[in-house]
Amino acid sequence: MEQLNNIGASLDFYIFVSIALFSIGAIGVLTRKNMIVLLMCIELMLNAVNLLLVTFSTFFGNGEAQIFVFFIVVVAAAEATIGLSILIMAYRNSKSIDIEMFNKLNG
Amino acid sequence: MSLQMISVILGSLTIASGLMVVLSKHPIRSVIYLVITFFFISAMYILMNAQFLAIVNMIVYAGAIMVLFLFVLMLLNLNKEMEPETTRMSLFTAVIAGGTLFLVMITALRDTFQYGKGYVQVPVQDAGLVEQLGKLLFSKYLVPFEISSILFIAAMVGAVLLAKREKQIID
Repeated sequence: MEQLNNIGASLDFYIFVSIALFSIGAIGVLTRKNMIVLLMCIELMLNAVNLLLVTFSTFFGNGEAQIFVFFIVVVAAAEATIGLSILIMAYRNSKSIDIEMFNKLNG
Repeated sequence: MSLQMISVILGSLTIASGLMVVLSKHPIRSVIYLVITFFFISAMYILMNAQFLAIVNMIVYAGAIMVLFLFVLMLLNLNKEMEPETTRMSLFTAVIAGGTLFLVMITALRDTFQYGKGYVQVPVQDAGLVEQLGKLLFSKYLVPFEISSILFIAAMVGAVLLAKREKQIID
C-alpha cells in the first residue's frame, strides 16, 4: 500500500489562496500611483503564480514545476533590479515617483 | 492543533498581509508586509514538502529583493507630501476589474476542485528535496540554467548603466 502524506489543506484551498493573492496584486497595480509599491505588487503576483506551481507540483508528484519556480525567482530578481534602477533614474530627473510622470514621455 | 487548522490560518494570514501591502499608505510599511507575506508563503511551501524552494524564497525574496527595495526607499528619502494620490474613480474601477479577474479565474479552475475534496493526503514523494531538484536542474534544465546566468549579467550591467549619474555636458 502506498504511503500517504498529510499536507493539511485540499487543492482548492491552495488554488483559492493563490488566486486571491494574484487578484490583490492586480488591484494594487491598477490603483497605486507610487512606482515602488507598483513593483512590489508585481512581486506579489509572481509569488501567487509560484504558489500555484508548487501546489500542482505537490499534488501530482512532479518536481519539474519547482524548477520553473526557480527560474521565475531568477527572472523576478533581474526584473526588480532593472525596475528599481529605472525608478532611481526617473526620480533623479523629475523628483517624483508618481507613475503618471511617464505620461510626459509621449514621443 | 491539526494540520488543517494550521494551513487555514496560514492561508488567511497570507491573504490579509497581501491586502495590507496594497492598503497601507506608507511604502516602508508595504515592504514590511510584503516580507511577512513571503514568510507565510515559505511556510506553505514547507507544509507542501518543497523545502528547497522554501529556503530559496526566504533567502532570495525576503532577503535580497526586499532589502533592495528598502535600500531604494531609504535612498530616495521620500516624505508624506510626495505620496501620489489615488483618485476614487480609479480605485472603484480597479476593485471591479480585480474582483472580476478573481471570479473568472475561480470559475475557470472550478473543475480542478473535484480532486481536492476535503482533507487531503498526497503520496509521499521527495520531488521538492534538494537532491531531486539538483538532478533535474543539472541534466534536463542545464541550458536554461546557464542562460539565466547571462540574464543576471545583463541585468547587473543594465542596472549599473541606468543608475549611473550622467555627466552634465549638455550646455
